[in-house]
Amino acid sequence: MSAGQTRSLWSDRTISVLSPLVLLGLWEICARTGIVDVRFFPAPSNIIGHLFELASSGALWRHVGASLYRLAAGFVVGCVPAIVIGLAIGLYRPVRAAFDPLISATYPIPKSSLLPLILLIFGLGESSKIAMVAIGVFYPVVINTAAGVRQIAPIFLDVGRNFGASRFNMFRTVALPGALPLIMTGIKLGAGMGLVLIAIAEMVGAKQGLGYMIWNAWELFDVQTMYVGLFVIAIIGFVMNAGFDALERAIVPWRKG
Amino acid sequence: MTVPTTTAELPGGGQASAPKISLRDVTKRHDTQLALDRITLDIPVSTFFVVVGPSGCGKTTLLRMLAGLDAPSEGRIDIANSQPGHPQNSMVFQGDSLFPWMTVWDNAAYGLTMRKVPKARIDEVVGHYLNKTGMYGARTLYPHQLSGGMRQRVSIARAFANDPDILLMDEPFSALDEQNKTLLHEELLRIWEETRKTVVFITHSVDEAVTLGDRIMVMTAGPGRIKTIVPVNLPRPRKVVELRHTPAYGELVYDIWAQLREEVDRARSREPGSKA
Repeated sequence: MSAGQTRSLWSDRTISVLSPLVLLGLWEICARTGIVDVRFFPAPSNIIGHLFELASSGALWRHVGASLYRLAAGFVVGCVPAIVIGLAIGLYRPVRAAFDPLISATYPIPKSSLLPLILLIFGLGESSKIAMVAIGVFYPVVINTAAGVRQIAPIFLDVGRNFGASRFNMFRTVALPGALPLIMTGIKLGAGMGLVLIAIAEMVGAKQGLGYMIWNAWELFDVQTMYVGLFVIAIIGFVMNAGFDALERAIVPWRKG
Repeated sequence: MTVPTTTAELPGGGQASAPKISLRDVTKRHDTQLALDRITLDIPVSTFFVVVGPSGCGKTTLLRMLAGLDAPSEGRIDIANSQPGHPQNSMVFQGDSLFPWMTVWDNAAYGLTMRKVPKARIDEVVGHYLNKTGMYGARTLYPHQLSGGMRQRVSIARAFANDPDILLMDEPFSALDEQNKTLLHEELLRIWEETRKTVVFITHSVDEAVTLGDRIMVMTAGPGRIKTIVPVNLPRPRKVVELRHTPAYGELVYDIWAQLREEVDRARSREPGSKA
């Protein structure tokens, strides 16, 4: 990596840290000088103060914990079958023929519109929330995994065969690592979709979770709590993405450059 | 797999002992298009056998059939197995064939790993060939961190390390610049002298063919047939740059180019619009 590249990478990072800070600073100034209505847009300093209050009372952690649990469970339930089915679709034509139309027909349905049906099937408990996340995670992962297998250059399959790879090793040393970069892309998209859906699902028929917290705050016109909920969701999304990026760098070291 | 052949006047023959590779009326069709037409050929053991021909003459098809990656439509291919427990062939592919997700070391060790060779033996063999190709220092790097020439060195190390009965090379240097090509010719010859494995090497470069080969088979424009097989009686071990200054080398290049020229012209005359 040249010095110039290093420098531009560094300044990119500086900009991406600074831009939200600048925005928050502007917001703070506007709120304090009365340019914006603090009933709808309370100053960030007030929101953060309120965040600490909610955190120290323990209420925030209860909601965060509930949402994270559902997110994690739904992620596993959606992701594992998506990778298995995606690899099978990519590798075997009959599987592709069977699943492709199903997936392309159901993919465009907005996942949030499935909530009533999911509530009908799974009831108001945890399983309906987990199912919503799982559905959100499933589609991007299955589609990207299948595409990941199919974009593997045929020469790598030839190399595997020529050097005596068994069927299992063909899968382990060629198909899976070859598809891994796109699988990771699917996982990141899926996790983001899961976060969107958990917030929506928790607004209906939940007694805790960040979605419930936001919805409840709206009903009570507790705008600051609403912002705390939004803020925490944003942070979870950010941390999740950074975590998956780090994971990707660790397990896809050949993708650099 | 061995078939005793007693043929005396076959195009590639001339040797009394049983051939290492023997093809009988090997024909390949892609759909209805005839790619290779009744190739009958014997390649003696320890021969560096080079195939030249115009683009689209079926050279690569021929090699893929020798590798077992494609099956002939008709005819048979026999490869005598002299080392039990060793793979029959290893291929050096045209273009980038190193797994981007493996380090240089893991790529070079791939064949041995797939065959579950003991680790100590893998370390020894892979270390040897990475040293020979000058890639030992780069063993922890990934292919995207290497130049094209370095990648082909690893690809060659991978094939030799696998210790196959025969080596198949499909225009392995065609994407490289002249300087790199010359260096790799020297390295390939040096490594080959150690083992003297039977090689089938495909190229479109007459220079490369004469530099490396013991015999050069010129193929006709598609459908591919054997036009002629020319023995190369240049002494070994060869020094690439010095060799290219000798009159014998120049004569051979001229002869083969003259043969090839007819076929290239024929292939070209078919090009404008007219499809078979």
